[in-house]
Amino acid sequence: MTFLNSAKLAAKFFLAFALMALMPETASAGIDAAINEATAPIAAAIGAFVFFKIPVFGAQLPLVVLWLVIGAVFFTFRMGFVNIWGFKHAIQLVRGDYANPNDSGEVSHFQALATAVSGTVGIGNIGGVAVAVTVGGPGATFWLIMAGFLGMSTKFVECTLGVKYRNENPDGSVSGGPMYYLRKGFSERGMEGFGKFMGTFYAIGIFIGALGIGNMFQSNQAYVQLNNVTNGLFDGLGWLVGLAMAAVVFAVIVGGIKSIAKVTEKIVPFMAIFYCVFALIVIFMNGSAIPEAIGNIFSGALTGEGVAGGALGALIIGFQRAVFSNEAGIGSASIAHSAVRTNEPVTEGMVSLLEPFIDTIVICTITALVIGTSQVANPGFAGDATGIAMTSAAFETQISWFPIPLAFAGMLFAFSTMISWSYYGLKGWTYLFGEDANGQMIYKLIFCAFVALGCVVQLGPILDISDALVFLICVPNILGLYILAPIVKRELDSYMSRIRSGEIKKYKN
Amino acid sequence: MAGNFLVAVDASEGSDRALNAAIELAKDTDKSITIAHVIEWSPFSFHTPDELAERHKRREEELDRAKQALLDPAEAAVKAAGVNCEVVVQHGHPAETLVNIAESTGALQVFIGRKGQSKAGLLLFGSVASSLIQISTVPVTVVP
Repeated sequence: MTFLNSAKLAAKFFLAFALMALMPETASAGIDAAINEATAPIAAAIGAFVFFKIPVFGAQLPLVVLWLVIGAVFFTFRMGFVNIWGFKHAIQLVRGDYANPNDSGEVSHFQALATAVSGTVGIGNIGGVAVAVTVGGPGATFWLIMAGFLGMSTKFVECTLGVKYRNENPDGSVSGGPMYYLRKGFSERGMEGFGKFMGTFYAIGIFIGALGIGNMFQSNQAYVQLNNVTNGLFDGLGWLVGLAMAAVVFAVIVGGIKSIAKVTEKIVPFMAIFYCVFALIVIFMNGSAIPEAIGNIFSGALTGEGVAGGALGALIIGFQRAVFSNEAGIGSASIAHSAVRTNEPVTEGMVSLLEPFIDTIVICTITALVIGTSQVANPGFAGDATGIAMTSAAFETQISWFPIPLAFAGMLFAFSTMISWSYYGLKGWTYLFGEDANGQMIYKLIFCAFVALGCVVQLGPILDISDALVFLICVPNILGLYILAPIVKRELDSYMSRIRSGEIKKYKN
Repeated sequence: MAGNFLVAVDASEGSDRALNAAIELAKDTDKSITIAHVIEWSPFSFHTPDELAERHKRREEELDRAKQALLDPAEAAVKAAGVNCEVVVQHGHPAETLVNIAESTGALQVFIGRKGQSKAGLLLFGSVASSLIQISTVPVTVVP
């Protein structure tokens, strides 16, 4: 399909949305509401299935969260706490200390890390944390950090496997990710049929799941903050903002207009630093509230006062939002990391340790402290704002103009995450349907449509659907990681012994 | 066998002059030449996942293109003058990579052309030649 044909198809597609422009405001608000009414029961149904809960100590524990927690703890121990001692080596790898000059021009460890981080640092780092603190109380922050810490091990296993079991296509490009390591890894262990099933299940899960976490959730929150900052200028115009965002995403992923993506990818790291710097400023401006806020985090974590389900409730929320944010256990980052041309899969695992650290332990914690200190200094500062609106209000208490750059940053984070996730979803799609260009176009159009849809549905059902889909794919992924963990441990041991013996050369420093 | 004069080759007129100067000197002193082209690249850049997956293929294309467009003609010119020639193409920071190549091939001198930019241009953008002069561990001949 030529670009012109696909553009025509897309134009017809979007015309359906744009017809709403001819309707009076009440009718378009009616459409927003109608879509909400339609999606809420679907969200509830999917949610109930995926988050099947068991009552434990007065809390409702979703089995899938238990699965994730046990996984992260297991991998941390099994890999010998690589998330602690591997950190230094990860930095060395990213710096290029072990970079062979003959490989210059190939994807570097830094580039793989930057791309993966760009995908995981999304609007959830700003808005999702607020949801965690609202529902789980300040104690959720402690469990969020703990989940980030343990999740580093999960990511290590995923990304090592991603490189080990990738496909190197005849045209020189690379295809990797959980669908490949699940299928091939299980085959190696003599479970070929099961492996095929798992690979397929995961592929389906990720191309659908990408429409939630990497798409609707991002565009929704970006729209909310935009609306917030312009004082309701875009009320009821969610579909319009959504269309605009979808058009830009379309230009990049279909039109191949790389320049937009290139600009975004470059700005995102600076925006992240900018965000952190200002967050730290706000935290220090709330300086007197810091000790109490930190105290609340620890006491909330242990006693869970005032939270439904107590401390366990806080743990559940903390873990859920951490996984949502740093994607450890979902397997998406292994798709990005598998592109690195290295003969040592463990190196990519090591480098990926840094992602949950940057995403959760640094950025999410900073966000949580901004909210926490604001709550202590000004209880009720947010009114009934949730998600990113709440974080925005927290910044506003100290820096009245910050919501504006925050909206800009949020838009960029959302956008870069959408670009990355469109790729991850596409890889799942092509695993099933082949690399045929027409087939890829269909998925890309679906993806863009959901970008627009995300702005029209309200936060509640969106978050529920996103959550459900993403956690659904954690199930086969972590099962695969458990079974393939011995392989990773062997690789790790072999790699470390070769590092120590000097067989793996250090080129710098 | 490594060449003794390293010549930095790109598509500019300046590099042609540098190559000719090196050929003349090599003939007179019975030395050989290594021609090198550096494709500007940094490991610390930001890309989309799509670009990462395509990178290996792109890299091969870039290397092939450089060989065909720049290095083969230059190599032919050197050989036509009866001088022995080695060819190197690599990705990286131009000045740093040239220094690495000079060191690893044991070059006696590096020859590089000069673009003839205005003073303001030089101030703002610098040039490979001026960076090279600052960091080279081997004598540098800038051919105007």
